[in-house]
Amino acid sequence: MELLAQLPQNLVSGLLLGGMYALIGAGLALVYGVMDIVNMAHGAFLMVGMYTTYLLVTHLGIDPYVGILITAPVLFLMGMLIQRLVIHRVATASHMNQILLTVGLSMVLVNTAQLLFTADYRQVRTSYAETVIRIGGVAMNLAYIISFAVAVAITVALYWYLMKSEFGRALRATAQDLHAAQLMGIDVQRVQMTAFGLGMALAGAAGALLTPVYYLYPTVGENFGLKAFTMVVLGGMGSVVGAALGGVTLALAESMGQIFVGHELKDAIGFIVFVLVLLLRPQGLFGRARA
Amino acid sequence: MSRVREIVPPLLLAVIVLSVPLFLKNPYWLNVLILVLVWTALGSAWNIVGGYAGQLSLGHSAFFGLGAYTLAITATHLGWNPWLGIALGMVLAVPLSLFIGSITFRLRGPYFVLGTLAIAEVLRLVALAWRSVTNGAVGIMVPFLFQGVSRAPYYWFIAVVAIVAVGITWWIERHKVGYYLTAIREDQETAESIGINTTGYKNLALVISAVLAAATGAFYASYLSYIEPDIVLSEPVSLQMAIVAIIGGRGTVFGPAVGATLLVFASELFRAQFKQAHLLIYGLLLMAAILFLPGGVLGTLQQRLKARRAARAALTGSTFGVRKEAS
Repeated sequence: MELLAQLPQNLVSGLLLGGMYALIGAGLALVYGVMDIVNMAHGAFLMVGMYTTYLLVTHLGIDPYVGILITAPVLFLMGMLIQRLVIHRVATASHMNQILLTVGLSMVLVNTAQLLFTADYRQVRTSYAETVIRIGGVAMNLAYIISFAVAVAITVALYWYLMKSEFGRALRATAQDLHAAQLMGIDVQRVQMTAFGLGMALAGAAGALLTPVYYLYPTVGENFGLKAFTMVVLGGMGSVVGAALGGVTLALAESMGQIFVGHELKDAIGFIVFVLVLLLRPQGLFGRARA
Repeated sequence: MSRVREIVPPLLLAVIVLSVPLFLKNPYWLNVLILVLVWTALGSAWNIVGGYAGQLSLGHSAFFGLGAYTLAITATHLGWNPWLGIALGMVLAVPLSLFIGSITFRLRGPYFVLGTLAIAEVLRLVALAWRSVTNGAVGIMVPFLFQGVSRAPYYWFIAVVAIVAVGITWWIERHKVGYYLTAIREDQETAESIGINTTGYKNLALVISAVLAAATGAFYASYLSYIEPDIVLSEPVSLQMAIVAIIGGRGTVFGPAVGATLLVFASELFRAQFKQAHLLIYGLLLMAAILFLPGGVLGTLQQRLKARRAARAALTGSTFGVRKEAS
């Protein structure tokens, strides 16, 4: 009986969190799909987005949601710069060396945050964080609802941008066949740089949305990074829409599974799902097998 | 005769390493050297799987943590002698590594890496949640292996583990196991097609690696006298093991020892400035190594030496002389 009563509440919480997960997964899928780079630093970029938001709130008094207008561009530029200076050099290297390079990058970002902000847990509290909206037996935090709405809006805008804009076309062409795209006169270098920047901007935006509803600490991104891969694998490698759906699926699986295994092992559910999907359905839940 | 000559320098090195506490009494430096030996042992253990067999595991904290927790749990809950706990941890590393191998060795490339990472993370979460046994995030006290204030016995113990780890690597490189592992690293399909049992040898490499990591984990737990999941089962432990081997030289016998020396001294040097951020130097050096020195310090050095030797042989006109003239 207890379990059944929790069900609708967890369903709603899972769905709300899923919106943010979708954003995280889409950002990683963009980088993996377009540039074929296994970016182990995605979680660290999310963390940078959270601390940028934190600084905006505490020093300039900017609302975290308005802050996205600054956080996302900052992360976009940072991503482009890092792509140009570092990632670019391993673009054609083995996946192993890409993984190791981005692991190193992640360690540098995390430990720099450790140096600047110490390992203390921090929190950003907004006036509406305490506001709770009740519908039937389900309670929803207002901050969660806003974060969810903004995340969905960004994901939809991204999808529209990728499908309709000239740059989106160039990007999808590069993802499909780099050399053919190059022959068609697409500046592949610029596309890859922009795609990486865009992926990091999405991670930053997700970080900004998480800040009002989560704690921040330098290693906060570690689990999100691995979860982002779970989403991408769930959605079929390299598909941005698939990864977004994977994000929602993962969040739902976590919040429903939490009822049975408890709060502490919630994260473990995602990782077990991850390994199972890799073993049993490597093309992902929503994807077709890739050649 | 040449066999004997080949074995003399490593033996001499082992004797030198073992005799250090006889003249070095400063506890600070002894501690630094103990850390170098801990990471030499761990890097060497990782190197067998990650360097020779080319399976980039980022989940080796699982075995390290298993050794540490087996010692801690058997001592505090069952009142076992700590030596028995260490032995049990090493024994348990065999089934755990075979289990992890049975899952992860089905995966290739990036998926193998992520799979090892995910499984190690699940173990950390379980250790955090299983409070009745592991005490969760509070952690457990671990009994001392040796009584008295001197660190010398600890030094000797970990020195033996490190020497065994490097010795096994040395042996592997000179026997068919090493050639098989290298063949798997270079091209798994080809290795399989010429009749190498790739899964079998990958599992063998992982078992050896896991037992060594478990022994070191148990030692480390007793040396620290306190463990918690975030110390012994966390991602940084796995990363550091890999980084030590990669910076020193993947797939070389003494690479991990060189990497451990470099990294432990570097992080000691910057300890005051970096405080909690001591892994910053690991991250920076890892990035630098991948960008500029992918073979690691020793790997690159060995390549250079080999190239120079070949050039000299060509100049003196022995084997390559004719070919050189022809070209």
